[in-house]
Amino acid sequence: MRIELEKRPDVSKLFAFVSPLLALALTLALGAVMFAMLGKNPVEALDAFFVEPLLEVWSLHELAIKAAPLILIAVGLAVSYRSNNWNIGAEGQFTIGAITGSYLPIVFYDWHSPLVLPLMLLLGALGGALFAAIPALLKAHFNTNEILTSLMLVYIAQLFLDWLVRGAWRDPQGFNFPVSRDFAPEAVLPAIWEESGRAHWAFIFAIIAAIGVWFMLRYTLKGFEIVVLGQSERAGRFAGFSSKKMIWFSFLFSGALAGLAGISEVSGSIGHLQPAISPGYGFTAIIVAFLGRLNPLGIIASGLVLALTYLGGEAAQLSLGVSDKVTRVFQGLLLFFVLSCDTLIYYKVRIVWSRLRSGAA
Amino acid sequence: MSIFEAILLTVITASTPLVIAALGELVAERSGVLNLGVEGMMIMAAVAAFAGAQTSGSPYVGIICGIVAGALFSLLFAFLTLTLVANQVATGLALTLLGLGASGMLGEPYVSVPGIRLEEIVIPVLSDIPVIGHVLFRQDLIFYLSIALVIGVSWFLFRSRAGLKLRAIGDSHMSAHALGIGVIRTRYFAVMFGGACAGLAGAQLSLVYTPQWAENMSAGRGWITLALVVFASWRPWRVFAGGYLFGAVTILQLHAQAFGLGIPAQFLSMLPYAATIVVLIIISHNRRTTLINTPASLGKAFVPER
Repeated sequence: MRIELEKRPDVSKLFAFVSPLLALALTLALGAVMFAMLGKNPVEALDAFFVEPLLEVWSLHELAIKAAPLILIAVGLAVSYRSNNWNIGAEGQFTIGAITGSYLPIVFYDWHSPLVLPLMLLLGALGGALFAAIPALLKAHFNTNEILTSLMLVYIAQLFLDWLVRGAWRDPQGFNFPVSRDFAPEAVLPAIWEESGRAHWAFIFAIIAAIGVWFMLRYTLKGFEIVVLGQSERAGRFAGFSSKKMIWFSFLFSGALAGLAGISEVSGSIGHLQPAISPGYGFTAIIVAFLGRLNPLGIIASGLVLALTYLGGEAAQLSLGVSDKVTRVFQGLLLFFVLSCDTLIYYKVRIVWSRLRSGAA
Repeated sequence: MSIFEAILLTVITASTPLVIAALGELVAERSGVLNLGVEGMMIMAAVAAFAGAQTSGSPYVGIICGIVAGALFSLLFAFLTLTLVANQVATGLALTLLGLGASGMLGEPYVSVPGIRLEEIVIPVLSDIPVIGHVLFRQDLIFYLSIALVIGVSWFLFRSRAGLKLRAIGDSHMSAHALGIGVIRTRYFAVMFGGACAGLAGAQLSLVYTPQWAENMSAGRGWITLALVVFASWRPWRVFAGGYLFGAVTILQLHAQAFGLGIPAQFLSMLPYAATIVVLIIISHNRRTTLINTPASLGKAFVPER
């Protein structure tokens, strides 16, 4: 048996829409098998993992909290990937954004002003962008592989955060725990609808960013430039677009959004700095970007789906006694299926049985 | 044993997995396939090797489990990128993400279980040579295998007919296909060889380097491996030299931490990653030499005309 591919003359519009859904269905099916192998009732397990978290209002707020950083980061990554710049280090830019944004509430904790929060967000985005500028500079001027450099910088950012919260920024009243001072109330990102749950403004930033980038990609010259340079650098050059400038733009842009996500998470959800501030949002956002087919509106949907895997993982740990690592397995599987199903968009897939092949030859 | 010998021994232990995994990736990349999933294959193999050694009581069974796990895991990548022509960059990332998650889940029962260390094989006579004898000829099997692999891969790529074909595919899959060389089949083998090597490297981590299982214990080594291949400009002996350079940086920063230089431990821990970046800059900044050395069809999908 052998699988043969035949290029479709046109991209299949139908499969472009169906393929993420198919990937989702296949992930769920394999997930059911996995739960069965762990000795759990698959239907109950999937219900606890993917359905129950959606049935309570407070839980929907938690979904928004987890979806916000994923969408924010993934929207930036979509711009980067579409232009053929592989920023894999969003986790590091997220971390640095959280650090630079926390500068005001930790170092100038006596300064109370309504300006604090907007300045924090600005500093966070700036920090993320500057950190992303490193792989951009290296790629644009030294021709260095951006995948590897941006990834190495993740480890460096995390170690830097670790040093800060154990050293210079450790809370003197924190009983020697590696945490920073708690943010003052005016430095905390407010809740959207306080009466019903914790979801805060980061979700609104995420939606604005997604719609904004969707508009940019679809209706502006910049968007056209991104898409053209991403598909063919040569064609872009003929159109007068500079791929060097695009490296800078895509990295600074995606870094800024990751940084904004970082400071929003720390200010809105955690309230102080600590050694671990992200359950891998920067890496999961890569899956979000692909599941959303690098389309910002699709990313809103896929961000919610991936946020659900985090929530489901927590729920499964409590109600099923399954390790919360299941979350990452689901996320990894999903990316695998997304990538395999995308084949259907560009190719017609035929399974050829070897008997037939020898008959034809 | 002098301190010098002790440091040399730890450098070897730290360098061996880098050399092995990088050799495997080198072969895959020479055939034109960029597999970014080394970190994922390594960590899956580390847990498989640990589990295999625990269940059977023999670290050698553990090694085999690691190699098989790495090869099987890479098969997943091969199927997606070679048969279904999925994007190699994204698929490699998927392999790493899945590997980190699945190994964490599978390894949970083994956290803080005391491990089984692979014992040393003392080579008679040679091991009696002062200093060198102790360092080079009282090593575990995986170290000896790493040396054999450097020689073997180098011979295979540049002295054998199959190696010539493999390099031809990496440089121009279309011409190779036209000559009747099985592009996809060769690439499957190359990717699985890479997986098996990453597997052996992962086994080394959980059986020799730190004989225990801890989540994310590969700690970015798979990624450093990928940088090593670029650093080595796709040559086996340079992979060997580079692996030892990186191993030395890793170990010297640990010794510096123990020595207490007044530099915070976190900054010293950054050194291997920072060194990777610096080395990449030095190697890549001359665009022309990089272009000459890089396999021309690296990362490009191949769909045969029918």
